[in-house]
This record gives sequence, C-alpha cells and structure tokens, in this order.
Amino acid sequence: MKDWPLWEVFIRSRHGLAHKHVGSLHASDAAMALANARDVYTRRGEGMSIWVVRSTDITASAPGDKAILFDPSEDKVYRHPTFYEIPDEVDNL
Amino acid sequence: MNQRQALYEYLLRLGDNALILGQRLTEWIGHAPALEEELGSANVALDLIGQARGWLAYAGTVEGAGRDEDTLALQRDVLDFRNALLLEQPNGHYGDTIARQYLFDAFHYPLLEALRGCADQHIAAIAAKSYKEAGYHRRRSAEWMVRLGDGTAESHAKLQRSVDTLWPYTGELFTPDEVDRTLQSLGVAADLTAVYQTWDEDVARTLKTATLQRPQAGWMQSGGKQGRHSEQLGYILAQMQFLPRAYPDARW
Repeated sequence: MKDWPLWEVFIRSRHGLAHKHVGSLHASDAAMALANARDVYTRRGEGMSIWVVRSTDITASAPGDKAILFDPSEDKVYRHPTFYEIPDEVDNL
Repeated sequence: MNQRQALYEYLLRLGDNALILGQRLTEWIGHAPALEEELGSANVALDLIGQARGWLAYAGTVEGAGRDEDTLALQRDVLDFRNALLLEQPNGHYGDTIARQYLFDAFHYPLLEALRGCADQHIAAIAAKSYKEAGYHRRRSAEWMVRLGDGTAESHAKLQRSVDTLWPYTGELFTPDEVDRTLQSLGVAADLTAVYQTWDEDVARTLKTATLQRPQAGWMQSGGKQGRHSEQLGYILAQMQFLPRAYPDARW
C-alpha cells in the first residue's frame, strides 16, 4: 500500500455550485479513490458529487511566479464588476 | 413456538448479525492497513451498530420484558446470542476480514431488500433505511475482493484461503428453521431461497472477476442462529460487555 498514488479530492456540497478541493488521499486506482473519498470526506452529509484526480495530473503554477502572474491585475479596478447595478433577482454573479 | 416468540428470535438474528460484525470491525480501529481503510471499515461498523440498535430496540418491545436495546446487547450471554457463526469469526489478516464481509454483504443486501416489503411495518421501515447502507457495503467489499483476488500472487493465494476457510459458514445463512418458516407463512420473514439465488449469482460473478475458485459444495457449519456458538463469541462479548457489566451506572 506504500506505492498507492496520491489523489486530490473535490466535493460539490449540497448547496454548492462548484466542486471544491477538500484534501487528498491514497488509493490504488480511480474507483478506489472515489470510494475512499466517500468514506473519508463525506461522512457528515457534505457531498452531492465527488471528483478525484491523480495529484500528478495537476499542473500547478510555481509559487515563485506569483509576482509576474498576479501583481499586474492588482491595479486594474475597472475589471471588477462593481460599476454595475445588480438586479435583486440575480443571486450569483 | 408462537408468533411473538418467533418474531423475537428473528429480530435477535437480524440485530446480532449486525452487532457482532460491527463489533468485530471496530477491532481494526488503530490497526487498519491504511488511514483510508480505517475510516472505511469504521463507517461500515457504525452503519451496522446503528442497524443493530433498530433491530434490538424492536426486539425488546416484542419481548415485552422491559429490556431495551442496550440491555439486550450488553447483558445477554453467549447462549442467548443469535448471530450466524460467520460473523464471529476472527478478523485475521485484511483479506480474511474482506472475505467475511463480502460473503455477508452479498447476503445482507438482498435480505434487507426483501424485508422492505415485510408485512410487519417496523421491520419494513428498518430494512428500508438499512438496505442502502448494505448496498454500499456490498459494493465496497466486492471491490476489495477483486483487488486482492486479482492482485499479486500472494494476495490471490491469501484471499483464496480466506474464502475456502469461511465458506462452510455460509450455509447457515440460507438454512430456514422453524422461526423462518413460521414467519414466512405470515409474510414477515424473507424467503431464504430467493435470497440465496441472488447471493449465489453475486458471489459467482465476484469470484470470477477476482480470479478466485469457488469452493466445492461440502459440509456446512450451523448453530449460531439457534445460540450454539464457537468459542470466539465469548471473547467478543467479554470485550464488548466488560465496561457496562463492571460499571452498570456508567454514563457516556
């Protein structure tokens, strides 16, 4: 069991709109990863849907790139939709 | 045997099966081969102990002697337990635990499925709640049967031995006695022949996928349903009942 690969687990909660990363676990294959995710992360009725993905299949941005990737957007307030009136009926935007 | 006695016996069998297997599974806590399995088997244990609570609470009502589910679980001795012998078998290695679990789950699921249509409304309600849990248990243990059976040469050989060793304990699950017959004529007990057919097909399919040999039909153990147990049950009860017997006033 030491050679089981690592999987990242994403759960869509009862009222959630999107799957959220909740943690990781070890499993020999995708079916077992789903079963383990159910047992480890949905014990208290948290979940309506589960995604699992091999950790090695995730390509992540490098922490050292934070400045060049994200700083340029910090001084562009006009990209935030704060200059619009949002109708009351629209719950999520 | 009158109807009330038969119903009481039948409820003890349902409750004790769940209680003893649940207690066995809790023995893995702190010892499971992986954290994921620890939580997985503890989940199954909690499902089963929850089911046992439902069955035994109703058994106490039917008995009418003022015993509740805790009294029935914690103050009966070996001869008064009605679980099948399969469920008191030791955990052994993880393959032994999985084989025991799968052979039971493949029986438990169609049994509860049938009991949803029971003429007794209490039984139908407990079965309707429990059968979804049992369906997940069966899927989980079947997946493990395939992974271990169709895994390495060592895991295959070990699991085949587990299945061979536990096989003689499966006959009792499907052998009707006076309790089953009395209640079946009233539409209360499940038809064990039909449950066996589902079990048989399920087990044949799983063993084939797991590349395991089905053991030859042969002599079967019996007695648990009538209260004749192996020495194993005494050790289980000693651990399970020690605290409430030594400290009857203890509160959680």
